[in-house]
Amino acid sequence: MIALLTRDLRLAIRAGGGFGLGLAFFLIVVVLVPFGVGPQSELLARIAPGILWIGALLSCLLSLDRIFALDWEDGSLDLLATSPLPMEAIATVKALAHWLTTGLPLVLAAPVLGVLLSLPVSGYGPLLMSLAIGTPALSVIGTFGAALTVGLKRGGLLMSLLVLPLYVPTLIFGAEIARRGAEGLEIATPLLMLAGITCGTIALLPFASAAVLRVNLR
Amino acid sequence: MASIWEYANPKKFLQTSGVLLPWVSVLAALCLVTGLVWGFFFTPDDFRQGSTVKILYVHVPSALMAINAWLMMLVASLIWIVRRHHVSALAAKAAAPIGTVMTLIALVTGAVWGQPMWGTWWAWDPRLTSFLILFLFYLGYMALWEAIENPDTAADLTSVLCLVGSVFALLSRYAVLFWNQGLHQPATFSMDAEQNIAPVFWYPAVMSMAGFVLLFVALLLLRTGTEIRARRVKALLARERLG
Repeated sequence: MIALLTRDLRLAIRAGGGFGLGLAFFLIVVVLVPFGVGPQSELLARIAPGILWIGALLSCLLSLDRIFALDWEDGSLDLLATSPLPMEAIATVKALAHWLTTGLPLVLAAPVLGVLLSLPVSGYGPLLMSLAIGTPALSVIGTFGAALTVGLKRGGLLMSLLVLPLYVPTLIFGAEIARRGAEGLEIATPLLMLAGITCGTIALLPFASAAVLRVNLR
Repeated sequence: MASIWEYANPKKFLQTSGVLLPWVSVLAALCLVTGLVWGFFFTPDDFRQGSTVKILYVHVPSALMAINAWLMMLVASLIWIVRRHHVSALAAKAAAPIGTVMTLIALVTGAVWGQPMWGTWWAWDPRLTSFLILFLFYLGYMALWEAIENPDTAADLTSVLCLVGSVFALLSRYAVLFWNQGLHQPATFSMDAEQNIAPVFWYPAVMSMAGFVLLFVALLLLRTGTEIRARRVKALLARERLG
């Protein structure tokens, strides 16, 4: 498992792996928003938590097709399937690698972009916390979506249609934490709900992803 | 009494559904016409809502069927995953467009009713939002069916999507409840509570709901039959090419 994880990480970081593209996309989305809604800092401060969350979600979505597509094309997914590692473990490791290369950098970059959107000082802690807790769920759910559409030639758009509705609960609770934090309200309830969603998806969804991968490899 | 699994045999299913279909269709038409005509023309106007209240004879049953169609797809998907009866997978496929249309009807009639009543076509109310999300789930489900060429793979993948989607649809339902308080009234019709509308409105409403249920069953039988026949034609053509 560790070998697979290091392999995936190495592939992502080295040239052509697309590491950092998600981050660049996140930056672009956040930079575009003020052009769309105007530069007034009160307005930006009010919508900053939501924008940061939606930006993180979209950059996660964009990098999903990399999870399985390359391994599917060059046949290494078949090799993995015949390896002693159970499919569930493969799905989990893939999700973990995706989170380490996409989710974690997003979490670390979010405060910097928060400055661009004049996020109130009290909002940084909750924003970081909500993203740190919520992005693993995004990766795991996304892995399921990527596994569903891995055999399709033009699966990208379809995957967005399938994955985005699944992101709704995570987005609601995550953005709610960030918003409440920015307004200085109490955040325990949505934080616990988000943590619950993350734990639940990590525990259960790899089984669904594995089932779907097996069907696709049949 | 024969086991229900006999209808997993496509031939048996087609025979029985062929006998049932005209009856169910006629019954559905009768119930719908009676319920809607009764509701539209022979009930008094509500003293506050005026005649707009009558759109609810369409709105409530369609919303009911939008959810029940998804539940039916969930059961059919489970049966496909566990027992691998093709009729079950095809029935789930056949139910999706009907459910989508029901969801759309519920959303549109709700908007038409909401405009004079709430003063807005749309509000980000929990019930409205969950219905919109349900609509998106239906779209994704149908798109996945369309995208995959191998029918068995498609049935497997869509079944898993239906199971996972059900969990997330439920999660979203309660998440949006947390996210925003609503305009929509709580459910008026319920099985256990005392009825809280006057019988004058109650009977046509029940009639119309029965009509929508029967309409769903009729459409489902028809569409599943069509799917089975389409599959047969494909098999025959494939055999001809070989022979």
